[in-house]
Amino acid sequence: MGPFLLVTIQVDLYDRLALNLETDLVNMVHKTGARGVLIDISAVSIVDSFMGRILGNIASMTRVLDAETVVVGMQPAVAITLIELGLSLSGVYTALDVERGMALLQTKIGSDDELIDDDADHTE
Amino acid sequence: MLITLSKDSIAITREQDVVPLRNRVKEVAVKIGMGLVNQTKLITAASELVRNMLRYAGTGNVLIEVVSRGRDTGVRLTFSDKGPGIADINLAMQDGYSTGKSLGLGLPGTKRLVNEFSIQSVVGQGTTVTILKWKNG
Repeated sequence: MGPFLLVTIQVDLYDRLALNLETDLVNMVHKTGARGVLIDISAVSIVDSFMGRILGNIASMTRVLDAETVVVGMQPAVAITLIELGLSLSGVYTALDVERGMALLQTKIGSDDELIDDDADHTE
Repeated sequence: MLITLSKDSIAITREQDVVPLRNRVKEVAVKIGMGLVNQTKLITAASELVRNMLRYAGTGNVLIEVVSRGRDTGVRLTFSDKGPGIADINLAMQDGYSTGKSLGLGLPGTKRLVNEFSIQSVVGQGTTVTILKWKNG
């Protein structure tokens, strides 16, 4: 399996931290050759326009490095708020949880990779 | 008539200050029994307004009040800064408009998230934005 990066955001981010996350993730994709990135935001209680833009940026940036990004675990209240705010996260794949996000990544990346059934948190 | 039941104020001087502000607003919202979706909308709105304040004015102050009108209880937040002010408020309230590098969702998006929204601005003197979210709004 092309390695997937799993990132779990555990704290509420302010802008500088979100920007650091963007840079770190793009560097990690380059360094590891990961074909997919899972960003778990289940512990994030708010996503504002800046954070939404960062998620979109990460998806676009990793895509040009040949890796797909899936945002997983968004809380319902966050989804409602994002849409009312006017952000639809177009261009960002989303999935309900890590498991479904993994499945989505595997279909996106296609059959050129050898798929191995493995734990979600395992990245090599 | 709007009655203020409690008030508290937080100074915003740097980006990190948004974190304690969000926590304080959440505390107050939970205390009056506001539901999770409304809490999230209010905190997201506060986050947008703090970003505007930091970007355009550098620093400012946020007043957090628990208010009631009749049988309704809510949280009112007042964001005051002494920044450059907004020359054309109608333009600033349009979706997609921004003089900065943002998506331009800040003000119009914030307005959609709350029940009451008002903005006063004097060029060269500063901007005050007031938002109110009712507990069941």
